[in-house]
Amino acid sequence: MRRFKNKLALWIGALCAALAMIPLVSILYDVVKNGASSLNVDFLTSAPGVIGQAGGGIGPAIQGTLLLVGLTIIMGVPLGVLSGIYLSEFGDNPVGRVIRFLNDVLAEFPSVVIGVVIFTLIVLTFKSFSVIAGALALSIIMLPIITRSTEESLKLVPNSIRDASMALGIRRWRTTLSVVLTTAKSGVVTGILLAIARVAGETAPLVFTILGSQYFFSGLNSPMDALPIRIYRLALLPYPYAQAQGWGAALALTLMVLVVNIGVRLATRGRLYTTRSRA
Amino acid sequence: MTLHLQTEEKQPLSREEILQPHRTLENSKVRTEDLDAWYGNNQVLKKLNIEVREHSVTAIIGPSGCGKSTLIRCLNRMHELVPRARTSGRVMLDGSDIYAKGIDPVTIRRRVGMVFQKPNPFPTMSVYDNVAAGLRLNGERNHSVLDRAVQQSLELAFLWDEVKGDLDKSGASLSGGQQQRLCIARALAVQPEVILMDEPCSALDPTATAKIEELIASIKGNYTVMIVTHNMQQAARVSDFTAFLYLGQLIEYGETTSLFENPVEELTERYLTGKFG
Repeated sequence: MRRFKNKLALWIGALCAALAMIPLVSILYDVVKNGASSLNVDFLTSAPGVIGQAGGGIGPAIQGTLLLVGLTIIMGVPLGVLSGIYLSEFGDNPVGRVIRFLNDVLAEFPSVVIGVVIFTLIVLTFKSFSVIAGALALSIIMLPIITRSTEESLKLVPNSIRDASMALGIRRWRTTLSVVLTTAKSGVVTGILLAIARVAGETAPLVFTILGSQYFFSGLNSPMDALPIRIYRLALLPYPYAQAQGWGAALALTLMVLVVNIGVRLATRGRLYTTRSRA
Repeated sequence: MTLHLQTEEKQPLSREEILQPHRTLENSKVRTEDLDAWYGNNQVLKKLNIEVREHSVTAIIGPSGCGKSTLIRCLNRMHELVPRARTSGRVMLDGSDIYAKGIDPVTIRRRVGMVFQKPNPFPTMSVYDNVAAGLRLNGERNHSVLDRAVQQSLELAFLWDEVKGDLDKSGASLSGGQQQRLCIARALAVQPEVILMDEPCSALDPTATAKIEELIASIKGNYTVMIVTHNMQQAARVSDFTAFLYLGQLIEYGETTSLFENPVEELTERYLTGKFG
């Protein structure tokens, strides 16, 4: 009976895992099936054509997404990781608790609200939709995710590791950066990747900040296209060619996120997986 | 008559002589003066006076919760890292107070190294990086200096022959006993004067324990070793002096052989014979 229960629990677990995979697989399948035919070098590199006529591509959108995500990483990752370090290592006090609470509130903000806030603060002030405004909105979305995941990863590092380092006469900041952060690197990197994937697909805040554009990059303070916006706009058009292009753009975005993920995993492999001790 | 003194003295130091506070032994390395320690409101050390000889091994024994670990954590200022922990009294290292104003605890920890109960190598670092960590993270960049320090420390810890081909392997991939010797090598690499060991063998099997005891015997000529242990046979085997602590107080302290053979205090005798603790 006990073995039966054990088996049952195992199978239920496996079944749930399989169920959870269904949406993922079906989405991937649809995206690849409908998008693969559109993908070619010309589509990926040229600017959108005239609306209503086949032809043109998503070059500006890819450029815009790369630029946006790049700027967002530059602004969001260092700040998020440092905040996470503060909360985990020095945040056991009222200030830390307030910051942690506010951070959680920020994480639950609908992204469209953040878009509107940036629209009011930046776009209206400077009287222009801009790449900077978009990156700022995405950074604000990214920040709490990275802060939280960094904090949680660092908290998993046992105190005995901190003790060992402090007892060697290594200073606190050195211990934190070179021992604790290194030990938790795998979790921190995973959190950053999730946050990048999340912001790369954000649409709503971009509509309020970078607007979308038909043209390639023309300055940080001008409107710009990005893949989610392009997908949204193409999907709204009533022409079959546009929908095919939309699927193509969706596939391109999925592949970009995938490539970033695999790339970072490969680059940090070996050093990441030694964290599992044999005990 | 007991015959356990190699020195010219015929009588072992009397209890009064050893316990007398503020008296400087010859070759005293560490001396506490009325050391109190608290965790929050819980006082774990009470006016503790103990004097430790240079280049000797001193064992600290006593029942759980008597303050053994706290005592040694006070000697390299690790105690204060625990939230709400504090101390009062003085701890003299080579005659100067490590709790004096303006003393940087980091400089004390470089002179007084520590080995913990559970082996705690840095899990993401290789064997080499573990041993080099103390030097490297304090700014040593010279490769030949690091190489030499790593080899010497691993040799002192009797680990070199077992790992010399796998210096790039993860420290966490070693066996438990090897990990503990790696931790000892890591502590030795920064060339401390005093090594504190907090039950270093309690997580190890008898073979691994024997290796560590052999190691302690071999390094004591150059270091002052203090070892907390629950294992009375171990205290008898490795130490020159033994201190018996009970409820935060030093009950008896003397040469190991005399303390084990004729304890002066009844409490000590009862503890040694397993009647409590």
